[in-house]
Amino acid sequence: MAWAKRILRVNLTEGTCKAEPLNMDWAMDYLGQRGLATKYFVEEVDPKVDPLSPENKLIMTTGPLTGTGASTAARYSVVTKGPLTNCIACSNSGGYFGAELKNAGWDMIIFEGKADKPVYLVIDDDEAELHDASEIWGTSVWHTDDWIKEKHQEPQFQIAAIGVPGENGVLFSAVVNNKHRAAGRSGVGTVMGSKNLKAVAVRGTKGITVNDPEAFEKAVNDAKAVIAGNAVTHEALPTYGTQVLTNIINELGALPTRNAQDVQFEKANDISGEAMHEPRRTDGKPNLVRNAGCFGCTIACGRISQIDPTHFSVKDKPQYHHASGGVEYENAWALGADTGVGDLEALTYCNYRCNEHALDPITTGATIAAAMELYKIGALTDEDTGGIKMEFGSAEALVAAVDAICDGTDFGKLLGLGSKRLCEKFGHPDLSMSVKGQEFPAYDPRGIQGMGLTYATSNRGACHLRSYTVASEVLGIPEKTDPLVTDGKAGLVKVFQDLTAFVDSSGLCIFTTFAWSAEDIAPQIDAACEGDWSVENLMKVGERIWNLERKFNLDAGMTAEDDTLPKRILKEAAKTGPAKGLVNGLDKMLPEYYELRGWTPQGVPTEETLSRLGLA
Amino acid sequence: MDKALVIDVGKCTGCRQCELACSYEHTGTFNPARSRIAVFDFHEKGRFVPYTCTQCDQAWCQQVCPVGAITNEDGVKVVDAATCVGCKVCTIACPFGTVNYEPATGKVIKCDLCGGEPACAAACPTEAIVFTDVSVQGFEKMRAWAEKTDTAPQANA
Ligand code: SF4
Ligand code: SF4
Repeated sequence: MAWAKRILRVNLTEGTCKAEPLNMDWAMDYLGQRGLATKYFVEEVDPKVDPLSPENKLIMTTGPLTGTGASTAARYSVVTKGPLTNCIACSNSGGYFGAELKNAGWDMIIFEGKADKPVYLVIDDDEAELHDASEIWGTSVWHTDDWIKEKHQEPQFQIAAIGVPGENGVLFSAVVNNKHRAAGRSGVGTVMGSKNLKAVAVRGTKGITVNDPEAFEKAVNDAKAVIAGNAVTHEALPTYGTQVLTNIINELGALPTRNAQDVQFEKANDISGEAMHEPRRTDGKPNLVRNAGCFGCTIACGRISQIDPTHFSVKDKPQYHHASGGVEYENAWALGADTGVGDLEALTYCNYRCNEHALDPITTGATIAAAMELYKIGALTDEDTGGIKMEFGSAEALVAAVDAICDGTDFGKLLGLGSKRLCEKFGHPDLSMSVKGQEFPAYDPRGIQGMGLTYATSNRGACHLRSYTVASEVLGIPEKTDPLVTDGKAGLVKVFQDLTAFVDSSGLCIFTTFAWSAEDIAPQIDAACEGDWSVENLMKVGERIWNLERKFNLDAGMTAEDDTLPKRILKEAAKTGPAKGLVNGLDKMLPEYYELRGWTPQGVPTEETLSRLGLA
Repeated sequence: MDKALVIDVGKCTGCRQCELACSYEHTGTFNPARSRIAVFDFHEKGRFVPYTCTQCDQAWCQQVCPVGAITNEDGVKVVDAATCVGCKVCTIACPFGTVNYEPATGKVIKCDLCGGEPACAAACPTEAIVFTDVSVQGFEKMRAWAEKTDTAPQANA
């Protein structure tokens, strides 16, 4: 019935796997996935917990629509306290893993404690069992995926795993499923590694039903027709993926370049979605092999690429000559524009390695960019880098740095701290382009003002996926606002945050909202699930989730002072493009935002707000 | 007009809407594991391949069934679940693996073209699966290749 109504609790310390009924009262208040798992998490975990201690927990969670026939019903999330941010972390992934977990009859898995030696979890419908992972500890996600399928003679397993960096405490390790789909941010994979948990393999054959099949069929078909009739979801995303944005954002003067020293990248076109289609000079083939969809997705934004086998990065490495996940916009930006590297093949190689070893490519690229600036000003020397000449624009340096993180060299360990800790360590904290310890992604808040407020207030540290005001400020969805002004952005951010929080709790992909409004989504949830899932209620659920996350972060020790942006974004004006002369006007947006949220001027939810949302 | 499922592998994105639709049509649940069409992900080749029964004219499965549970209904090879004894001989006989035993029911399942309106083709967002005139299956492919054919300069043109 949409929800499997059952959760799996895995105590890694004891080595036990137990089934529990899902708390349906909470499901009515928090829907599923991000919201519901966060509710479980805050009920069970001390906000002050050390993220890498056994007392932290890690939840893999589906939404009620995950695995149903709704378009994009692929998604699952990993919820924990993040080691990069010390805030609540919730990272979302597609591929086929989430739907398989739901089909095995589980809404979520709660991992607690720490195994005394490396283990992996195997779920075969109702059966769940921990296995010895000593043979795959110290190996990549890709190897782990193949090894588990071979070992259990089950090619139909869907597998989520961590790589070597996650085992070794690199603070921005992801959890990667299906070899190239990542629950990417905030170091959720590092938490998994700290628990000695290498992988989760699932086979699910039980089937999923919905509450009102007829209404569901209609709502789903109507919504699919909206996707098929929308230029972004039916043409731009399948053709160019999220990479459709590179040239657009660059022209807008909002593509952070060379650690956000500039806002436009002269080689943007070379790393764009368009460039991925161009035949290469060397072998006449384009970088892009084809587009791909996650489970149930009728958009199919995913990129499958193949690196030029003669490129220096893979020349003597046939293990990277096959097709795999290509660069998405955020990755192309972080590994490319932000480091000044305009070599698409080098970026694709680095992206492969991020997938192979489960690294967050945004933090990976942005940390390398910060290291390049430290190197430029002489704060970081050849001795620190192990001889790598960390110059902006050097594809060789980029490739060597990513390899260093994967291989765990001394320099790799330094980079593995993330930019905030790295820049602090070398005496230049202002050179980290991060908020709450997490690097901001591919939209410069000087050129897209609303994104400044988005980054400053995101509950998981700087992130575009908490309130994607780019949709309005750049693409005009649902209506066009001026990216260069701060007026009205506080309200815009709040609405996007609440909407996104419930979409992230449903099992659907946020990219549907390029085409779908809440009015397209609500009927699908309402038909699938028992309960009242009107637009009003869902927006309230979103607001409740947002405040619950906020409360956790405040209890964890965060204050309003952390709702800020890197000094560069607030003080150094954009040098070129439409935003030339502008900094981000966060101070003009933040007080209004607090007020709209029903928070005190110190950013704390008032009693009234909490009781209105049932959080008091 | 005889119709068949025509699959264009190049268009498939691996979304599995076809598996969802098939399982929903036949079992009332969203359950790719019980779909009669399967999509294979050859990740390292960047290729997704949907695969199902092609309704052979002289169907191996039909010919070997010892109890006559598989019949030919206007070209479609249909399993009568009430007659099927679950012996699985048809799954051995089918050279393509598209007849499969279902532990949940103790019977075999195969594509039955949903009685003339295949759910997979209706659900496919990319037209990788279309239900069309069987005699012109190659038409679109021929046209695509024809378009690529250079017109060499003619001697007397
Ligand atoms: S839009 Fe892209 S990310 Fe979202 S479900 Fe579809 S393929 Fe996956
Ligand atoms: S529905 Fe179409 S695009 Fe999706 S997996 Fe099936 S054949 Fe491929």
